[in-house]
Amino acid sequence: MFIVVSLAILITMGLALARAIAGPTVYDRIAAVNLFGTKTVLLIAVWAFISNRTDLLDIALVYALINFIGVIAVLKLVTVGDFHSSSVDKIDSAKADTE
Amino acid sequence: MIDLIINIILLTFLAITAIAIIRTTNLFATIMLFGIFSLLSATLFVVMDALDVAFTEAAVGAGISTILMLTTLALTKNHNEKRSHAHRPWLPLAVVTITGMALVYGTLDIPGFGDPAAPANTHVAQYYINNALPETGVPNIVTAVLASYRGFDTLGEVAVIFTAGVAVLLLLGGKPSSPNSNPRTNKKREEDET
Repeated sequence: MFIVVSLAILITMGLALARAIAGPTVYDRIAAVNLFGTKTVLLIAVWAFISNRTDLLDIALVYALINFIGVIAVLKLVTVGDFHSSSVDKIDSAKADTE
Repeated sequence: MIDLIINIILLTFLAITAIAIIRTTNLFATIMLFGIFSLLSATLFVVMDALDVAFTEAAVGAGISTILMLTTLALTKNHNEKRSHAHRPWLPLAVVTITGMALVYGTLDIPGFGDPAAPANTHVAQYYINNALPETGVPNIVTAVLASYRGFDTLGEVAVIFTAGVAVLLLLGGKPSSPNSNPRTNKKREEDET
């Protein structure tokens, strides 16, 4: 059963990798990387049960946290442009541009 | 059996990602693929039972360096590299091929995986295996060595990494808000203040 699960996760990883390589827009690639990180967490969790080492589950949780923080940082950078100004300033200036 | 299949598929993904990184001209896509490359490497390290290496790879490779490169990209604002078609890197390819073949030749002398007669397993490893748990109370031997037996060494590494982090923050994050940097928001702030 674990073999089938891990193969399914690997196939999903392949699909996410294809989207990350081919994806025309920025958001395709961000979603692909986020999906890839999630599949990494799942694969490590399955591997923990295959190899009977449940302490790996803690590592999988930390991976989920790193993945979440990384995606938040990437999204902030893409929408705002840098890490220095707050997003409210940029949205205000974008509104001023459109007006 | 299943670990062999997982290793082969993950290494295939790794090769595909590496080729895609070389072929892509969009710098944002390259950074995203670097993140995927780090996640794949970290998964391979987990499957090969190198938990500490996998943890470092995920935190540094997929987390910190992705954000570092994206910040640099936001500062430079150059999202497409120019590729000269006249460039024919045959000499570097030959050097890399010869070096790789020499390294593969060097691995032929390495003792087998988990060989009890290997030099790495006959020196102090036996002492750590016998005494790490009663002396330190840490179940993972690698963690016990890094955090207890070599605690001062790890403390020095932490100091080095902290200094490097401060330097990077000064380079990337210490941008002063000069009056000419963004006139519109500054003007708006002045209007708000008046």
